[in-house]
Amino acid sequence: MTDTKVQKLTGSKAMSLAIEQEMLKDDKIFVMGEDVGKYGGIFGSTTGLMDKFGPDRIMDTPISETGFIGAAIGAAAEGFRPIVELMFVDFHGVVMDQIYNHMAKITYMSGGNVKMPIVLMTGVGGGYSDAAQHSQTLYASFGHLPGMKVVAPTFPHDLKGMMTAAIRDDNPVVFMLHKTLQGLGWMDQIPASLGPVPEGDYIVPLNKAQVIKEGTDITIVAAQMMTVAAMNAVAGLEKAGINAEIIDLRSIKPIDKETIFKSVAKTKKLLIVDEDYLSYGYTAEVAALVASEAFYSLEAPIGRLAIPDVPIPYSSVLEKYVIPDANNIIAKAKEIMES
Amino acid sequence: MKDISKEHLVWMYTKMKMSRYFEERMEKAYMEGKQPVFNIGAGPVPGEMHLSNGQEPAAAGICVHLKKEDTVTAPHRPHHNAIAKEVDLKRMTAEIYGKKTGLGKGKGGHMHLFDPAVKFSCGGIVAAGIPHAVGAALAAKKLGEDWVAVAFIGEGAANAGAFHESLNLAALWKLPFIVVIEDNSWGISVPKSDSTCVPFNDVRAAAYGIKGYLVRDNDPFEMYRVSKEAVERARKGEGPSIIEIETYRFLGHFQGDPELYRDKEEVPTLRAKDPIERVKSHLIKEGMATEKEMDALDANIISEVDEAYEFAINSPLPAPEDALEDMFV
Ligand SMILES: Cc1ncc(C[n+]2csc(CCOP(=O)(O)OP(=O)(O)O)c2C)c(N)n1
Repeated sequence: MTDTKVQKLTGSKAMSLAIEQEMLKDDKIFVMGEDVGKYGGIFGSTTGLMDKFGPDRIMDTPISETGFIGAAIGAAAEGFRPIVELMFVDFHGVVMDQIYNHMAKITYMSGGNVKMPIVLMTGVGGGYSDAAQHSQTLYASFGHLPGMKVVAPTFPHDLKGMMTAAIRDDNPVVFMLHKTLQGLGWMDQIPASLGPVPEGDYIVPLNKAQVIKEGTDITIVAAQMMTVAAMNAVAGLEKAGINAEIIDLRSIKPIDKETIFKSVAKTKKLLIVDEDYLSYGYTAEVAALVASEAFYSLEAPIGRLAIPDVPIPYSSVLEKYVIPDANNIIAKAKEIMES
Repeated sequence: MKDISKEHLVWMYTKMKMSRYFEERMEKAYMEGKQPVFNIGAGPVPGEMHLSNGQEPAAAGICVHLKKEDTVTAPHRPHHNAIAKEVDLKRMTAEIYGKKTGLGKGKGGHMHLFDPAVKFSCGGIVAAGIPHAVGAALAAKKLGEDWVAVAFIGEGAANAGAFHESLNLAALWKLPFIVVIEDNSWGISVPKSDSTCVPFNDVRAAAYGIKGYLVRDNDPFEMYRVSKEAVERARKGEGPSIIEIETYRFLGHFQGDPELYRDKEEVPTLRAKDPIERVKSHLIKEGMATEKEMDALDANIISEVDEAYEFAINSPLPAPEDALEDMFV
């Protein structure tokens, strides 16, 4: 990785580059999904791949989701390495049986004799008024079910490195891309969606969180747009005299508890921020891990910010109220510091 | 075409024109706050926006045969269906503006409109409304009512599992159920020919032992005729039908769609065959209306839609904490 050239890419370009580089090396890899061909994927993850690999390897599918995601399972069992896209995570209800009863369990039920090298990629997240059926993250819904690695990278560097790792992994990986972090022309353009990406291939492990800002007073654990919100809160926190350490989870399942424990041992305080629903979400999971395995590090009650157990409403005023932002983070961090 | 009464033709024209004008205003309203740099989340009408310009005959041609008690479910592209089912236009517009006075108090948005007063609903998950309409038809049958239920879908949805399961159920139970497939040739960027080997979906009726109808070239008069038969059959207990209509999508899949996948010539060709103009010139040619009467009708339609927009624009936004209400009743 040391001498490879670095370019500035958007999240979507970083993903499509990872897929392209792996496809060039391994002809068992193919892509299936709605609008992955000429359109290049609604969130740009397969941009340009149709021109490079043609319709045999970049396959547009009908809206037959149980069919094509189930077919990825069958093809994987035959030795292929399918990358399947189902646009929005919200649509997975249609095909959940194939995912959690089959893709996730076949390796285990076969005593490790059948491999499922599948990447299931999907767009997550709200914040742009796409309402209740197009704005969820559902991190926890997938993280809850055994048999799948679930990743949710934030920055272009990690989107590429984790996509490469996901493709090379012999197990099913649910790869969640956040729509707002893809750098799409029709979404809000935020700085985090553009970043340095090495040209050559490299791997970012599927099970490691990353400290993206060091601090001494409180640990903030987040993923994707909540990581961005935490970074946006840094100035306000500093004004309040709080030097926060920010951990970008990157992997939802497994959760990298060592990185979290190490940070909490230093800061003694913990705030977890999630764009998923509050109950049973990763705020609960991380809190439980720290409470049961690193309890004596803590000097204050753990703080949790997440969607307050309602569907994501359409109207901007309502949506802003339910999705945590930098101001919520600053207020909650102050509360924890003062407790 | 003599078989269609003036009253029905004027009704269809009114709904089609109203729908078109509604969408044309929406096209502009949607772009507010999104220029010069497009940002899907910005402006008074944020989020995805799927408009129905060109697809009006599918909705008006069948809803003319429906009554208030009949159920309609619609997909992510619902405005023409809603208008033809006589959904409260002011509250629908207010919903799309995310206002407190909207059908869902701003919680639903353009893809999630619910007006139980006229038994209309729609949703953002492709094909999900089909079984809901089957359930409404089941309810009508259980109640011994002559109500029918209509599910509007795009041709892309006909390849989803929910379509096949629903039709099998509706056929098995001989329900007063009709699925209207609005074949606009495209499922986002994927043409119909790349989605199924069946050129027209009416033939799929054979798979369930039900009736299938095909309406070519977005023909509002033919849509009227086959719908009349299908609705009458359903009301008489003769079972479900599939109606497929070849229709036109004048705009992108959603507003902001770069449409790089379709030929630049396609839309002008479709626009030249505007179905609303066809009904209008028919009314005039057959002596059912004069140009002047049509102008007056248009003026009324435009002012009704404008009033709905004024209502929406001037309505208050919900309070932020309202987000926590209406979870359970
Ligand atoms: C279950 C599900 N899968 C995918 C989508 C994404 N999606 C929204 S509309 C659409 C295409 C629908 O095509 P069609 O049914 O022909 O309707 P049209 O948009 O042409 O009106 C797709 C794939 C979705 N909303 N729900």
